[in-house]
Amino acid sequence: MNNREQLLKDIGIVDFTVVELALFLDTHSCDQSAMEYFNHYSRMNMQLKKEFSKTYYPLKLDFAESEHKWRWGDAPLPWEGVCG
Amino acid sequence: MWSYEKRLQFPVNIKEPNAKLAQVIISQFGGPDGELAASMRYLSQRYSVTDRRVAGLLTDIGTEELAHLEMVGAIVHQLTRNLSMEEIEKSGFDKYYVDHTLGVWPQAAGGVPFNACEFQVKGDVITDLVEDMAAEQKARSTYDNILRLIKDPDVCEPIKFLRQREIVHFQRFGEALRMTQDGLNSKNFYAFNPGFDMCESCK
Repeated sequence: MNNREQLLKDIGIVDFTVVELALFLDTHSCDQSAMEYFNHYSRMNMQLKKEFSKTYYPLKLDFAESEHKWRWGDAPLPWEGVCG
Repeated sequence: MWSYEKRLQFPVNIKEPNAKLAQVIISQFGGPDGELAASMRYLSQRYSVTDRRVAGLLTDIGTEELAHLEMVGAIVHQLTRNLSMEEIEKSGFDKYYVDHTLGVWPQAAGGVPFNACEFQVKGDVITDLVEDMAAEQKARSTYDNILRLIKDPDVCEPIKFLRQREIVHFQRFGEALRMTQDGLNSKNFYAFNPGFDMCESCK
């Protein structure tokens, strides 16, 4: 597994944690420890996606700033099976 | 409003095409208990839910279902890409191929096209949440049936992930139903539809 694949895998893990915590908090809105976990992983999630988008290709439109060539259009599509 | 991310919720990397399996798994794309029906069900039901917390849960689960739809689409695509004419004929994929070539179209395993009648929007939050809980169980059973047909671990892993999500969603919808009932008259939950009956005395 190369660095790109490893980072994308890490993003998958962290993002999943955020999704799972969000659903839990939707029905347990006063759970303090779930909120602490959410805040922690949500910050990490944003940071990793930003880092990945800067180094490899933009994962989100928010991180698709381009100069000579439109980077968003050049990015591989998820169903091609690039995600490791 | 939605925003898109160019990655799958769980990785799908299938090396061996298998057109026979694709014809079964496509049911979770556009079949009666598939991910398209799931996302459209929850995202459509939201409008008549007066409890913001419950409407928020329907939004978040409906959004996750769109990510699952993309995963199932990726599985079907990777199971059918680079098929030879011989494989298409031998696997029985020819009947699908004649209308869609190797495109991914929402249909059930038996060839029935996707239809909004796969789900309901009743405009009554208890009715809708009970349907949602049933829907998650039906999808879980479908994934169980699919798992009995799979030997390739590349296909097994993402399907197992999707199956687990059905169980978590079932749990969350059960909690949403309890939250809804907690705000209603416990002598008769069904005497009043919070999305329709406005009179104070009905509450």
